[in-house]
Amino acid sequence: MKINAGNIIARLKSMNEDTVLLNKRSRVVHKSKALLFSVFKFIILLGISFIILGPVISIISKSFFSSSDVYNPSVFLFPIRPTTENYRLSFMRLDYWKTLTSTLIYVLIITLIQVVIASMAGYGFARFDFPLKKLLFGCVVLTIVLPSHTIMLPVYQHFRNFDILGIIKLITGKKLNLLSTEAPMIIMTLLGVGLRSGLYIYIFRQFFRGLPKEIEEAAFIDGAGMWYTYFRIMLVNAVPAVLTVSVFSLVWQYNDMFYVSLFSMPSNHNISFKLSTIQATIRFLDKINDPVVNQLYVYAGVILVVLPVLIIYLIMQKYFMEGVERSGIVG
Amino acid sequence: MKNRRLTLRQKRAITGLLFITPWLIGFIVYYLRSFVLTTQFSLSYIKVMDTGGYTATFVGLDNYKYALLEHTTFNQVLTNSIRNVLIDVPFITFFSLFIALLLNAKFKGRGLVRAIFFLPILLGSGAVKESLELATEAIQGGATTMISDIAQTSGLNVDYFLDVLLDIGIPDRMVDYIISIIGRIYEVVRASGIQIIIFIAALQSVSPSLYEVSKIEGATPYETFWKVTFPMVSPLIITNVVYTIVDYFVNSDVVELAYNTAFGSTMEYGLSSAMSMLSTVSICTILAVIVALISRKAFYYN
Repeated sequence: MKINAGNIIARLKSMNEDTVLLNKRSRVVHKSKALLFSVFKFIILLGISFIILGPVISIISKSFFSSSDVYNPSVFLFPIRPTTENYRLSFMRLDYWKTLTSTLIYVLIITLIQVVIASMAGYGFARFDFPLKKLLFGCVVLTIVLPSHTIMLPVYQHFRNFDILGIIKLITGKKLNLLSTEAPMIIMTLLGVGLRSGLYIYIFRQFFRGLPKEIEEAAFIDGAGMWYTYFRIMLVNAVPAVLTVSVFSLVWQYNDMFYVSLFSMPSNHNISFKLSTIQATIRFLDKINDPVVNQLYVYAGVILVVLPVLIIYLIMQKYFMEGVERSGIVG
Repeated sequence: MKNRRLTLRQKRAITGLLFITPWLIGFIVYYLRSFVLTTQFSLSYIKVMDTGGYTATFVGLDNYKYALLEHTTFNQVLTNSIRNVLIDVPFITFFSLFIALLLNAKFKGRGLVRAIFFLPILLGSGAVKESLELATEAIQGGATTMISDIAQTSGLNVDYFLDVLLDIGIPDRMVDYIISIIGRIYEVVRASGIQIIIFIAALQSVSPSLYEVSKIEGATPYETFWKVTFPMVSPLIITNVVYTIVDYFVNSDVVELAYNTAFGSTMEYGLSSAMSMLSTVSICTILAVIVALISRKAFYYN
């Protein structure tokens, strides 16, 4: 085969043009693909946001309905005669400020205990070696997996006739009834078996395992004791995990109904619990018997109850997401 | 004289034990003891006294027999819950993985969308949930009547589309599954909050160099997903499945039934304990089977 310089140059040129064209085409294809994908993504996210927000929006709008709007079929979403009467009555029947304050105090105390106890246990499991460690951590996982209703009856009986090794009976002559107080929940949380404590222990353990050992070694060489190291060095470094656990604990404790009704805690100390009785309260005290109208007050109450958690969540959301991303939920 | 000073290792072991002491006491007093007691309750007839105490007479497996064979609703409630779990779990898992992938990418307004997606976690409590469900029903009812209105005027027929699905050879069961999922889309979305968070955290922890390598080697996004992303998050799929099943059962009708049996008018502790034990055993069986199935496929770094 004879090599012809001119021929080769011509072929190269045509090839060059071709690749330029191909590049252009692939770029256009790529761009339109990306555009299509983002439109698709937008539609999906919008749709699902609607699924989540739809009921919320309808609750908000209904909470402003007056009783005539409910039965007017032409009213949709925007009330013709908007009223804040629903809020006023719900506010009063919930005894809002008082109930909210005692609820928040209760929830905050529980959260604080939860963080301290769970982080201690998590640290113990992450950094120290002791006999039966694997088995005991298996038990932590078991407490996550085992549904709490399995233990509800014995626990109920335990707090109905509360006693520590027979000491209380010795002093007062009879066993203590701790039901209808907050004490059972606080005791259980103090002993690390409160609402979803197992999960928090797990989160802390994973997070502490991810921290470099050198920090502790440095602290140890500088003469810090184990407790000092834990409180002043490890806990300070675990802020993301602490935030994650705090938000989870705050929200779940605030929403919890299972333990509240199991221990029959006083309803004026717990706003979620009080909300569940508001319909009956309004029916009896205010003689509003129409269930459709009655529901409007519940809607207003729902907004009032959700608002505080929502505010806390929105404030902490940024740190919370960071915390989740950096903390050890991931193994 | 013996050297009575502890070695550093022993000291650390003791400190470690001290750190977990509160939890250990709680576990023994509340979980271990309660578990034994519940088992004992379920095997006996419990008579509750006015003072709050109780007496137990051993009756063997009578409570279990009664719950399974004679109780009017327990059987049905339990099987319904199990069936619903088995239907929803795969869907919730893949749905939350999909959403996590979308939310993990950077785009405008991501913070807002994330805030909306985690809203269901905040709205999970009793009364709030009930009124949300009521509002949802109202919306769904509106949608259904709208569809029937349209159908009347335009001759559009949903059944027709279902027939098309059947005609192109999609099995009956599959179509039923799709329909039941669409009917429960609200619940599925609402139950996926935590799972999405867990998957986002998992995606964040995948090392970027893996993606770099696959890009340089010329992998398409599709291949990258199946060869890199999916194996890397697969251990978390187990976590999510476990969480979903447990969460599902905690809120299920079985618990409510057991609770009402114990604290309703009859105060049948023995029967209630038997119900709890039965549902716990079925959850644990499901969990064990599913985890065993998935963990064979999961990919672990070490």
